[in-house]
Parts: sequence; C-alpha cells; structure tokens
Amino acid sequence: MHPAFSILFFTTLAGAAQGLVVLLALSHLLGLKLSPGFASMALIVAWLLLVAGLASSFLHLGHKMRAWRAALMWRTSWMSREVIILPAFIALVALWWLALRFGYKSNWLPVLLIVGSVVLWYCTAMIYACLRFVEEWAHPLTVINFTLIGLSSGLVLGCALAAWRQDLALVQAATPAALAMTIAAWISRTLSLRRNAALRHKSTLQSATGIQAKNLTQKSMGMSAGAFNTREFFHGAKQVTLRNVKWGFVVLTFALPALMLVWALASQTTLPLLLALLIQAPGLIAERWFFFAQAKHPQNLYYQVVS
Amino acid sequence: MMQWLKDILQPAVVAQAAAAAPRAAPPKVPATVRALPGETLAKQLALVIDLNVCVGCHACVTSCKQWNTSGSAGPLADINAYAANPTGTFFNRVQTYESGSFPQTETIHFPKSCLHCEDPPCVPVCPTGASYKRKEDGIVLVDYDKCIGCKYCAWACPYGARELDEERQVMTKCTLCVDRIYDEHLPKEDRKPACVSACPTGARLFGDVKDPDSEVSKAIRERGGYALMPEWETQPANQYLPRRITPPSTH
Repeated sequence: MHPAFSILFFTTLAGAAQGLVVLLALSHLLGLKLSPGFASMALIVAWLLLVAGLASSFLHLGHKMRAWRAALMWRTSWMSREVIILPAFIALVALWWLALRFGYKSNWLPVLLIVGSVVLWYCTAMIYACLRFVEEWAHPLTVINFTLIGLSSGLVLGCALAAWRQDLALVQAATPAALAMTIAAWISRTLSLRRNAALRHKSTLQSATGIQAKNLTQKSMGMSAGAFNTREFFHGAKQVTLRNVKWGFVVLTFALPALMLVWALASQTTLPLLLALLIQAPGLIAERWFFFAQAKHPQNLYYQVVS
Repeated sequence: MMQWLKDILQPAVVAQAAAAAPRAAPPKVPATVRALPGETLAKQLALVIDLNVCVGCHACVTSCKQWNTSGSAGPLADINAYAANPTGTFFNRVQTYESGSFPQTETIHFPKSCLHCEDPPCVPVCPTGASYKRKEDGIVLVDYDKCIGCKYCAWACPYGARELDEERQVMTKCTLCVDRIYDEHLPKEDRKPACVSACPTGARLFGDVKDPDSEVSKAIRERGGYALMPEWETQPANQYLPRRITPPSTH
C-alpha cells in the first residue's frame, strides 16, 4: 500500500494523545499528587494533538465539506465508528479540562476517558484489521500494536512533560510504566514483523485470473498506463529502503527510547526523558509508514508491471 | 425536507437514485432500494467474459470510457492524456499476461471491471453509505453526491475494481451501464452495457445470472465459468470462461 502522510500523522498524533490522557486519568484515579496546573497543561497538549490529528485526517478526503456524512454508517463501517468516537473523545478531553479548571472533582470522567481511549484505538486499528484479504493487517496483533504503541508514545510524552515541568512525583511513577509499555509494544510489533515475514499470501496470479498455468507473468504495463491502482497500492520504494525503515523504526521507536528510560531510572535525571520523546517521534512515523508499505494488496497481482 | 437532513434521520432506508442514472429515468423503473448485507437477491445482472475469444483489442475499454465520460455524472478524468505519463479513470481495463515458457507461450488478454460481488466487501466499509448494492438487480454503485473520497472502499476491494477519479475526487467504478440498460429511449438491442455492444468477437455476455435460462447462466454452466479469487468468498457475479485448446481443422 502507498503510505499517506495524512493517515500516518493522524494515527500517530492521536495515538500519543490517547496514551497521555490514559496516563493522566490513571494518575488521577490512583490519587497521585500532581503539581498544580500540570494536568491542565498536559490535557491541552493532548487536545491539541488530537485536533491536529483530526485536521490531518481531513486532508486525506477528496470532499472535505461532506466529511459529516462519514458518521452515518456506524452499523457496518469501522471508519464510521472512528469518525463518531474521535470527536466525542476530543469533547470529553475538553470537558475534563473544564472540570479540573472549575474544581469539579469526579472519577467518572477519567474512567470514561480511559474507556474512550481504548475504544478509539480499537476502532482505528479495526479499520485495517477488518480487511481480510490484506493479510498483513488482518490479525489481532494490529489492534494490540496500535494500542501498545499509542500507550508507549503517550507515556513517553507524559514523562517528558513531567520532566520539563519538574513534576518529580509523576516522573517517578510514569517512567517505569513507560518502560514497560515500550518493551511490550516492542515485543508485539516484533511478533507482527515475524508473522508478516513468514506470511504466504492466499491469492496468486493464478487464483486472481483463473488461468492455471505454472508460468504466468505480465511482461509490460500495457495500454492502460498509469492509474489510481498503480499509485494507491504501491509504495514505490526500493527493497533496501523498506529494510532500512524497518530497522530504523525498531531502533527509534522501541530500542533507544527504552534505553533512555532505563538511563533515566538509573541516574534519576530528567534529560533522558526529553531525549526519549525526541528520538521516538520520528520512529513512530517510520513505524506507521512501514505498516502501510509492508501490506501487499491482492489487487497488485493484476498490475505486475507498474512502470 | 432537505436531502442531507433526510440522510441523517434515516441513513439506512432512504431510497436513493443512482448518481450515474439520468434524472429523466422512465417512470416505470421503481426507486432504488439498497440490498441489506448478506441478502440473497432474486436478480443479479452480471457480465460473463470469454477468455477463449478475447483478442485484447481494447474496444470494450474505449467504448466504456466513451459512454461513461459522456453521462450525466460528468467526464472521467484524463490527465496528461497526450504527454509522457498519461493517467485517467477507466471502469474497465484489459491486462495482458503470458503463460508457459518460450517458445511454447500463450498470450492471454484479461479484461477486468467491477465484478458486482454478491457479498461485496467494499459496501459495508463505506462510512457514508455512498457505496451500495441495488436490491432489484444486484448492481454495486457509488452515489457520487455522497462520496467523500476517503478511498477506503478501494482498499476493501481485492480486485482493484474501484478507481478514485482524480478530478472529481470521488470513487468511481463500473455501473454495468445502469444509465443505458433501462433506457427505453434506446432501441432494445442497445440496452446492454457499452462494452458488450462494442466487443467485436462476442467475448462479453450480459444478463441475469440468477435466471437459469439466461444466456450467461447457460454459458457458465456449459463452458466451465469460474469466479476470480474464490478464496475471499466475495461471490463475484461476473464470471470468466476458460481458454480451450481447439485442434486445428482443415476444410
């Protein structure tokens, strides 16, 4: 598949914001004493990330003014469900920010936000996981990866914000959690990489055309030339680029941030937490880019020669 | 009531006029009703394509383009049509494959358009309901006035049958010439898809695959018709007739 940057930014920004909201909600529920104004500031950061993600997803649409129609088919479409949950989640984040600002103490709002985060991760990932013939995606690991990578990035972001604002109680509590989530995401993403490397696709050019000859090839693109199909479903990158991006994202999203978190725990300093955020951000984009580029759509069988 | 308000209030049951259908449709044609997911339809229009006689002349491609670019839904994109990298929207394309190894090779021309699946995976994923399957004849259509151009339905089609029109920014696909096959202003023999009328070798048959006595049903039954990518259980309505080796004959 061709990775669209609008979707890469939307899924990574929203994922990190959801993770940050889960961190704030949990620290509230567990009675962690945050420095005054921290929760409010962090909620604004999460809210801005979510709105930026929503704006980015708009850029993906051919007809932006009709976007409201995307909420109609929630009975059958995971995308429709996501389109409903995302603005609702953004509104809930704003509501909690208001509640904190006016001193309204509640437990139901943070609980609702945690549930909302998980539901939103599920909807986003199911958009991909429900396409049964895109076999790289059609697996529960897709949902687990979206959730764990969102949690990892959100907790790393939370640690960095806490380090910046010198909120040491939160740094103490969140750093081990961020490390645990980063390692968990590393493991589950590695599992999906291994699964996809060993994947044998069900469809072949023989099943796609019904021509049961052993040697069946397309020698040239033919008279139909370039098409939507030769752009949307091909990443156009070299194999070596694909391999480099894969190793790049494993190092940047998981290995180095985990190392930084260990360093932060061992040295009790806050600099590594800021470094972890800076290192992980490009890694997240690379991870999502690879998620799309690695998926081989069965329609590509018909277009064996793309140029 | 305004149409968009109606759509919000009853998204699933609103009768929809196909965007591709002309506004001046004969009154006898009932309002389009969308098929429910998994519903078995009494009628299913489809094409049957005979690979044994297709010579790869692309007459179906050009006639399809001509008809569908001239309709009420607006022209199909043609970008850089006369330049180095032409690209555009086609509802029907012919791919050419080679089988065997030299010198025993065969050239196989393979026309492909939307297969109008009986269980179309592109329809339930559509977030707006712009994509739908008609209850009365099983044609899968896109309502161009409702499509937001998110491309998700194209991802959800294993056959690559849907193409986003780069100029109109809506998803397009084969309509089985829905604005032609019911048009009572046309002579009866012309009320079939443009590609079928244009095929000089008779490689394209058109009809109701649910009617056991139709030309298409007989062809499927008697000449080994098969579906593409049966492994995904989409039950394509369009089927293909295999190539057969015909021994040379002398007169």
